[in-house]
Amino acid sequence: MAKAILVDTSKCIACRGCQVACKQWHGRRAEPTRFQGSYENPLALSAQTWRRVGFIETAGGDGRLRWRFISDACKHCTDASCLAVCPTGALFRRTWGAVDLNQDICNGCRYCVAACPFGIVAFNEESGRVNKCVLCPDRVEAGLEPACVTTCPTDALTFGDRDQLLSQAKRRVAELQAKGEKGAQLYGERELSGLHQLFVLQERPQVYGLPEQPRFAVASVFPSSVTSVLASVVMGVTALVAFRGRGGKGEE
Amino acid sequence: MPGLGTSFGRGAMTNHWIDVKNADAVLIMGSNAAENHPIAFKWVLAAMERGAVLLSVDPRFSRTSALADLYAPLRSGTDIAFLGGMINHVLRNNLFQREYVGEYTNASFLLDPAFGFKDGYFTGWDPEKKTYDRATWKFQVEADGTPKQDGSLRDPHTVFQHLRRHFARYTPEMVERVCGTPKAEFLRVAEAFARTGAPGKAGTIMYAMGWTQHSKATQLIRTAAILQMLLGNIGVAGGGVNALRGLSNVQGSTDMALLFHILPGYLGMPTRKDHPTLAAYLEKETPKTGYWVNKPKFFVSLLRAWYGEAATKDNEFAYQYLPKNSANYSYMDLFEAMYAGKLKGFIVTGQNPAVSGPNSTLERKALEKLEWLVVRELFETETAAFWKGPGVDPAKVQTEVFLLPSSTHLEREGSYTNSGRWLQWKWKAADPPGDARSDGWFANQLALRLKALYAGSRAPTDRAFLALTWDYGKEEPDLEKVLAEVNGYTVADRKPVKSFAFLADDGSTACGNWIYSGVFPAEGQNRAKSRKADPPESLGINAGWAFSWPVNRRILYNRASADPRGKPWNQEKALIWWDAEAELPDGKKGKWVGVDVPDFRPDLAPDAKGGGNPFIMRPDGKGGIFAPLAEGPLPEHYEPVESPVKNLLSNVQANPMAVIYKADLDKLGDPKEFPIVATTYRLTEHQHTGSITRNLPWLVEMMPNLFCEMSRELAEEKGIRNGAPVIVRSARGEVRAIAAVTGRFKPFKLGDRVVHEVGIPWHWGFMGLAKGDSANMLTPHVGDANTRIQESKAFLVDVRKA
Repeated sequence: MAKAILVDTSKCIACRGCQVACKQWHGRRAEPTRFQGSYENPLALSAQTWRRVGFIETAGGDGRLRWRFISDACKHCTDASCLAVCPTGALFRRTWGAVDLNQDICNGCRYCVAACPFGIVAFNEESGRVNKCVLCPDRVEAGLEPACVTTCPTDALTFGDRDQLLSQAKRRVAELQAKGEKGAQLYGERELSGLHQLFVLQERPQVYGLPEQPRFAVASVFPSSVTSVLASVVMGVTALVAFRGRGGKGEE
Repeated sequence: MPGLGTSFGRGAMTNHWIDVKNADAVLIMGSNAAENHPIAFKWVLAAMERGAVLLSVDPRFSRTSALADLYAPLRSGTDIAFLGGMINHVLRNNLFQREYVGEYTNASFLLDPAFGFKDGYFTGWDPEKKTYDRATWKFQVEADGTPKQDGSLRDPHTVFQHLRRHFARYTPEMVERVCGTPKAEFLRVAEAFARTGAPGKAGTIMYAMGWTQHSKATQLIRTAAILQMLLGNIGVAGGGVNALRGLSNVQGSTDMALLFHILPGYLGMPTRKDHPTLAAYLEKETPKTGYWVNKPKFFVSLLRAWYGEAATKDNEFAYQYLPKNSANYSYMDLFEAMYAGKLKGFIVTGQNPAVSGPNSTLERKALEKLEWLVVRELFETETAAFWKGPGVDPAKVQTEVFLLPSSTHLEREGSYTNSGRWLQWKWKAADPPGDARSDGWFANQLALRLKALYAGSRAPTDRAFLALTWDYGKEEPDLEKVLAEVNGYTVADRKPVKSFAFLADDGSTACGNWIYSGVFPAEGQNRAKSRKADPPESLGINAGWAFSWPVNRRILYNRASADPRGKPWNQEKALIWWDAEAELPDGKKGKWVGVDVPDFRPDLAPDAKGGGNPFIMRPDGKGGIFAPLAEGPLPEHYEPVESPVKNLLSNVQANPMAVIYKADLDKLGDPKEFPIVATTYRLTEHQHTGSITRNLPWLVEMMPNLFCEMSRELAEEKGIRNGAPVIVRSARGEVRAIAAVTGRFKPFKLGDRVVHEVGIPWHWGFMGLAKGDSANMLTPHVGDANTRIQESKAFLVDVRKA
């Protein structure tokens, strides 16, 4: 049964418990930061920060100020570009939907970094490997919720069967729209054949920095992978030729 | 919390956190609950899911406003004008709950014909002595001493008509000119909340330090109390005036009297002048009517608990051992005295006054005047390190400083009393590291070692300390033993009393805090450990979870949840009701029954004398719409002591009874030099002075620096860029911060004037991982007239590019 996290932005108070709980469970360090005019910090996801809360000041349809919050992390796409381009199999799919990452066999090629349509996967300069949210498989497979979900005080984050969360999300969207929240919408049901991190949004996706139509991005990294494949073919052939040459000489 | 105490009878959150889910409207004002109470905020969201409307009134658009259905801005320090406007709206449009107001409050009482209000003063103002003579602040009485009433509320001398006239000046136009709240936005909030005036509807008001830290804070809370009484929102599920406490055990520390003016259970602290003998104390402090007639039982039982066998009938139960107040020892007074060199030593535990205290420049200087200072802490705080703070030459500081390592709350057990008055037992999760010790251990050791030091002394001054009972163990105290003493017991057999109803004034019972009585009703039965929760779909009374004072009542004044005939205003949210058929133990019939413990005499029928008086702690049993405090019996808007504008409601600029301290470092700012209103607040990411949180890297990562929030308009005027350093300056000092230029702050249009406001969090200091200036270097030593809490939510500054 496919599992997912549902992020209901209309219930988020931006306490950032999820951001800290993630760091704690996964042993991520604090990054050096400076206040730069917004409550947001760190300013982007990174190898040390797998989940973060965005703070967005925006004018609503009625011209009134809104302060929107979004707890953002890896979307665990069904059509996961990162997984498709990973040459070593370090990125792999859990049966229940999570795109997990086996650090031991990551070779640091960074194709996934380039391929991710959400800009989520981050390269870790220290380890020479990549990092991202893995949906806490060590917790989930022990019957717990991901750390961020357990921490969330307002149920802005919930975890469960993806189908059930979808109906929960649709109910919520209908409720919000009935209350006059015209921008309320579900994100992640069909995007990339379905995300395993779903969102109830109150504005259009790009207000939150989410692509309106995320694309399976293998195409965009294809040239480089083709190049590298071609390069290895060329190298292989060259080596073969060289060995042959040497061998030939030896025989001579 | 005299604002609530004077109005309703008890100074405590009337309802509890879970009950917020039962509200039809939630007004959050003077609080940023989503920011500062993120866990408990889920109950606000639960109310919204059941259809409640959330209203946020705040100088800036906050994390709470982000979730609100309606937001209205107001200039800091004008909350009474806003709430007064709401009262006027409710009265003018007849939106109040007529029967509730007439029956359950003192609205129908007739006031002394000489009482009145003119030009900003109530009758009795003495301009020479700068104080009030309260002679006219009283009711007309019948021959038997009870107040005269006019049930029609039409008599011009009724409290109701005075209220109507008093707030008639608080029109929506006036609100706009005073508060800077656009009229339309004010009215939207007023209308939405006033809908809870319909019988059966409930609205809750949630407030915190945004209301308590003003020079007229007590009156501000009174204004909310009056509004809630008019709307019939007190004593009902989903109603109340709910004080959100800033720490897990603030209610507990107030209940247990970690304050100078009270003894445990809100018994007034005796003073040398007024209470020379026990008889004098009891005579003067015991009202003739209302539940407080039992005060002698609570007071004598307290003396018996503290002085044990040394407290006898013949020696006034050791009353003379009890220290008597001879001056005001509230927070700022202590620091003023310290600054004047009148204090020798200071023990600080769980507090960091060098960051949290107003006018911290003065308070840090005051620490230099001490001979010794003991700080118990997890980290070396600014208070412990004041001698090496900015601008201090350690060689010139003579104070001897002892820094003792303390355990965290997770490393000790004990009971905590939450905002909703629930005593909950907490177990320790781990042993403290190294030499770190719990608060209980420290208190126990201090007492035991001082006792050893004084042992055998014959000096009369030492007798009181030697007589103090102290038997809780040798190392860590046995906290259940302490709780059992707090609960109370019969002296003869040392058996726990079941509740305070069993306490006596003859020395036969002992009780450490009468309001907690019932928490330990039998040997081994610690009700703070009860853990039986109600199902989620219920009202959430949770009578089986922890113990709520008094006697496990969850919603105070719940007699008012039923109409005068004893039938609930709202059947779906019924708390208690009169059951004429229910049988009493003595075989008679008729009692109050329901899901909550009645806050009422259980067998007092609705039609009996006093059967319709829900506010049992008040002498007349009625809610106090009219209730005297230092600066008057009704609230009135005055400007903050530091304000950029003239008071439009009268010629009296600031609260005439505000406490303004006058040491050389106590300066007040001229609005010409400091034209910008400033307020202080907290953030989710840091706790108070940051003594712990500014040492935790994950939290520092999220909120690394001190910042100052301001509007785009002000930033443009001053040439300030978002994210750039700025200097914020008041008459007391200046701080360096980073500008947070935001649409969430807007300039206030007051008539033809524009007033700017900035906000600055007060978590920073010069120690820890995240260092920064303390916002309290800007705030004044100005106090509320009744509580002397500092006015740190509205003062004046100027801002410039750094």
